[in-house]
Amino acid sequence: MKHDFIDKYAELESIIHRLDPRIKIISFFCFILLVISTSPTKFLNFLLYFLLIFGVILVSKVPLSFVFKRSMVIIPFVLLIAIFIPFLKEGEIAGSYSFASLHLTVTYDGLIILFNVLSKSWLSVLSMLALASTTKFPELLKGFEKLGMPRVMVMIISFMYRYVFVLGDEVMRMKCARDARSFGGNSKWHIKTIGNIIGMLFIRTYERGERVYVAMVSRGFIGKIKILGDLQVKKLDLCFMLAFITFLTIIWTVL
Amino acid sequence: MELAKKVVTIKNLEYEYPDGTSALKGINLDIFEGESVALIGLNGAGKSTLLLHLNGILQSDEGDVEVLGMKVAENIREIRGKVGVVFQDPDDQLFMPTVFDDVAFGPINMGFSEEKVKEKVRMALERVNMSGHEKRAPHHMSLGEKKRVSIATVLSMEPEILILDEPTSNVDPRARRNLIELLNGLDITKIMATHDLELVSETCDRAIVMFEGKIAANGDVEEVLTDSKLLESHGLEAPVLVRLFRDVMNREYIPIRLEDVIEKPNKYKI
Ligand SMILES: Nc1ncnc2c1ncn2[C@@H]1O[C@H](COP(=O)(O)OP(=O)(O)OP(=O)(O)O)[C@@H](O)[C@H]1O
Ligand SMILES: [Mg+2]
Repeated sequence: MKHDFIDKYAELESIIHRLDPRIKIISFFCFILLVISTSPTKFLNFLLYFLLIFGVILVSKVPLSFVFKRSMVIIPFVLLIAIFIPFLKEGEIAGSYSFASLHLTVTYDGLIILFNVLSKSWLSVLSMLALASTTKFPELLKGFEKLGMPRVMVMIISFMYRYVFVLGDEVMRMKCARDARSFGGNSKWHIKTIGNIIGMLFIRTYERGERVYVAMVSRGFIGKIKILGDLQVKKLDLCFMLAFITFLTIIWTVL
Repeated sequence: MELAKKVVTIKNLEYEYPDGTSALKGINLDIFEGESVALIGLNGAGKSTLLLHLNGILQSDEGDVEVLGMKVAENIREIRGKVGVVFQDPDDQLFMPTVFDDVAFGPINMGFSEEKVKEKVRMALERVNMSGHEKRAPHHMSLGEKKRVSIATVLSMEPEILILDEPTSNVDPRARRNLIELLNGLDITKIMATHDLELVSETCDRAIVMFEGKIAANGDVEEVLTDSKLLESHGLEAPVLVRLFRDVMNREYIPIRLEDVIEKPNKYKI
C-alpha cells in the first residue's frame, strides 16, 4: 500500500524543496520563535508574518488548499483552551450577555489574548506544515541529526517512520479479516475483537522487531547505527536563510 | 564444478529452538564454490533454520558449520560480511528510511570509507536495476522493487555466498521474471530456500529436499525435480511440465524447463 500522510507533497520540485533541510529547520524555527515573541497588539506584524509564510508556500508549489486544510486541524484544540479567556479576563468590557441567571462579559483584553493565541498557533502550524511538506522525512531527520539531535532519538524516530506504515497495513488487514467474518454482532463482541486485534498487533510487532534485528545483525550491525551524512549547504541555501531571517528581523524590529 | 572449492561444510548439525522444537536433526551438507543450491521442502521442514546457521544467527552446540574454511562460531564478523542473507519479507530486510541508507548499511558496518560506501551502493543498485531510486522510501515501492533492493542491500557487501529465503514469494509474474534474471546474472554461490520449483529449475543446479529437519534427498536439479515419487513422498509436487511428460505422455526424457523443450524439440519428441 502507498502512504503519504506524513510528508505528502515532499516529492514536488521547487526551490524550497531543494533547500538543505538544516536551513529549513533553522529558518522555520526562527520564524516560530519570533512569531511567539511578538507583542499581541502588533496586528501588522502578524499580517506580514502571514504574508512571508504564504509566499514561501506559494513558491513551494504545495497546494494551498492542502496547507490550509491541514492547518485548521489545530484550531479546535486552541479554541478549546482559549475560548474562555475573553470571558474571564478583566478589563474594558466589549459586550455582555445574560442567559437566565448566567451573566457573561467579554473584555477587549480577553479578546486580544484570544486573537494572540489563535494567530500565533496558526502561524506556527503553517510554518511547520511548510517545513514538513517540502522536506522528505528522511532528509528532515538527517537535518535534525546534523543539528545535534542525539543519534538514538533520530534512529527511534526513523524506525517509527519506517514501520508505522507497515503496522498500518497490518492493522488494515486484521480489520478486513474481522469485518469479513462479522455479521452484525453486538457491541460487546466488537469491543472484544478490537481487544484481540490490539493484542495480536503487539505480538506481531514484537516478532517483527526480532526479525528486523536479525536482518540488521546479518549485515554486520553491532549496536551502533552509522549513516552517511551527505548534506551540503549550497549558496542557494544560505541566500534563502539570510533572506528569510532578514525579513523576519525587519518585521520584528522596524515595525 | 566437482573440483571446485568447498565453501560450506555442515557436519551432523542438530538444532533445537529454545521452546523445545527440534528443527534440525542431523544435517550433513557440502556446498561448492559457484554452485546454486535450492532447499525445498514443506513448511516447517527446517529450511530457514538451516539458512540461519550459515551466518551464525543461530548456533548449535551439536555439529559443525564451516563457511569459507572458517568455523562460523569463531569468525562471526568476518562471516557476516561474506555471507549475505536476504530475508523473505522485504519489510524486515529494509529497515532504514531510504534505499540509499539501507544499501549502505552493510558496507558502513564493515568499516569502509565514505567514498567506498557510495561506490558500493551505486554498484549494488545498478546490478539489481534500481539505480536512481536512492532517495525513495520503502513504503513507496512495489513489492518487486523492494525485493530487488533487498538483494542490493547484501550485494553492496560483495558477499561470496548469497542466501535467499523465499525470493519469489508473493511477487507478480513480471517481478518474478526480473528476479530470476537477476539471480542468474550473479555468479556467486547461491543458496535459496523456496517453494517455487520452477524458480529452482530455472536458477539452480542442485536441489536438496528437506523433510522434518533432515535432508531427504540431494542431487542435480534434473534428477530431483523429475523424481515425482521422491517429491510426493515428501509432500511436494513435481512441476507441471514434468508431470505432463512423465505421467501423461510416458516419455523417456523429461524436461524440467520450458526452454529445454523449445531448444531441443527432437530430444523431447515434440
Ligand atoms: N523462533 C522459533 N521458535 C520456535 N520454533 C521455531 C521458530 N522458528 C521456527 N520454529 C520451528 O522450527 C521448525 C522449522 O522451521 P523453519 O522456519 O526452519 O521451517 P521452513 O522450512 O523455513 O518453513 P517455511 O517453508 O514455512 O518457511 C518448525 O517446526 C517451526 O515451527
Ligand atoms: Mg522459512
